[in-house]
Amino acid sequence: MSKKFGSVSAVSELSFSLSRSSIVGLLGGNGAGKTTTLSMILGLLEPSAGSIQLFGQDFIKNRHAVLHRMNFCSPYVDLPQRLTVSENLRVFAGLYGVKNASEKIAHLANDFRLVELMNQPIRRLSSGQKTRVSLAKALINCPEFLLLDEPTASLSPDVSHWVRSRLADYRDRTGSTILFASHDMREVELLCDHIMIMSRGRLIEQGSPEELKQHYGRDSLEDVFLELSKGREGE
Amino acid sequence: MNTSSYDRISALLLRYFFLLRSSWPRLLEIAYWPTVQMIIWGFTSLHFSQASPELTTGGILISAVLIWDSLFRSHISYTLSFLEEMWSRNLANLFVSPLRSWELILSLATVSMIRTLIGMVPAALLAIPFFGISIFDLGLPLLGFFLNLVFTGWAISQAVTGILLRYGLGAESLTWMLPFLLAPFSCIYYPLETLPNWMQLISKFLSTTYVFEGMRALILEDEWIPHLLWKALALNGIYFVVGLTLFCVALRAARRRGLLLQSGE
Repeated sequence: MSKKFGSVSAVSELSFSLSRSSIVGLLGGNGAGKTTTLSMILGLLEPSAGSIQLFGQDFIKNRHAVLHRMNFCSPYVDLPQRLTVSENLRVFAGLYGVKNASEKIAHLANDFRLVELMNQPIRRLSSGQKTRVSLAKALINCPEFLLLDEPTASLSPDVSHWVRSRLADYRDRTGSTILFASHDMREVELLCDHIMIMSRGRLIEQGSPEELKQHYGRDSLEDVFLELSKGREGE
Repeated sequence: MNTSSYDRISALLLRYFFLLRSSWPRLLEIAYWPTVQMIIWGFTSLHFSQASPELTTGGILISAVLIWDSLFRSHISYTLSFLEEMWSRNLANLFVSPLRSWELILSLATVSMIRTLIGMVPAALLAIPFFGISIFDLGLPLLGFFLNLVFTGWAISQAVTGILLRYGLGAESLTWMLPFLLAPFSCIYYPLETLPNWMQLISKFLSTTYVFEGMRALILEDEWIPHLLWKALALNGIYFVVGLTLFCVALRAARRRGLLLQSGE
């Protein structure tokens, strides 16, 4: 798929497939095209060219046939601020047609340490607490495909660590696929089975963290990324 | 896991119910403005009834104020509910959920109807003890006037929400401006013949003109003219299609331009 805004190319001829039950990291610096890519996969943005196949269906034509099997979380999208945590989760449970919503919400509240916060309006929560609520919302329908756009941005290291462990646990329990956009190399290295590195809207490298480090003879993914960035600057 | 339209519409209605419940000023405001309008125009009407009784026959001023308010309230209620999603940066959450556009529109229209009734019924009821005027005396035609103006309000809202999607919160003031643009042409307080010819020409394309002409005929001449209401309904049908088309085109443009994720100013 490709996306152009006027004459500016945000994503160019990006082509990839995701294996079921994998956690895939979409890495790239600012303006690399990560959010644009996620937005196209979510149906928030229409590709200028190309197609998206999700669960064997043409997503652009049959968006509503698959949206109930997906969900997403992004620090750039808020939940209604005046509604309490419990009210928000009830609304989204309804939107996704969750059966036994009360049970599911209680389970998520427990899982994401939200029990004490359930009656608090979102606007009174700290950013870490908001992220936990957003993640609970993103898992309300047990999505088979979860898209996360920098879910740990602006979180302290301990909360980020906790979020990563929840995501890994969710994948292990449900066999869901997670696409994870980030520019935090360490985080991606810790969490993801497969990594796609984007630069200037193009997919410039992909593989497992180990494969990439080996291939470039580096100790960390960050070094691999810096090496690739230098290469791109020279072009 | 698959959802039905009923589930999704109910969920969105629950969202707006929670929002109203969370803020008593919001709830109070719904009934506040129609009541204040009714009181101001009620006293104006009382004053006129002493000076020029023919101007206030059958409570025509208060009836006009209350009936016009059904357009304004229905439009504002619809558009404000949509704006709440933009203000809270929640649009993207809605558009990545299985919620369909028509379900969103139906939810907004339902909320609008509920809020309009919450706002107008107390004002209409208060007019009875305050000024001895009951718009309910208009009988069944009142329902026709009310529904026609509510439909006009929703048609305007569809266009405004489309513009908001396309141009963001910078276009927010259109929410309040557009109904007032219609007001002088709608012949709310005066007959069509009062207007200069060029304004009459525009007025004839407005559903609101036929509603208020019908209301005046009923109150002043005790004559019920159904074809005025049918004309209004036909025009509303056209407005609704135009409004819906505008909304759909704007939504498509928002998807092309990536505006759903960044629906700010």
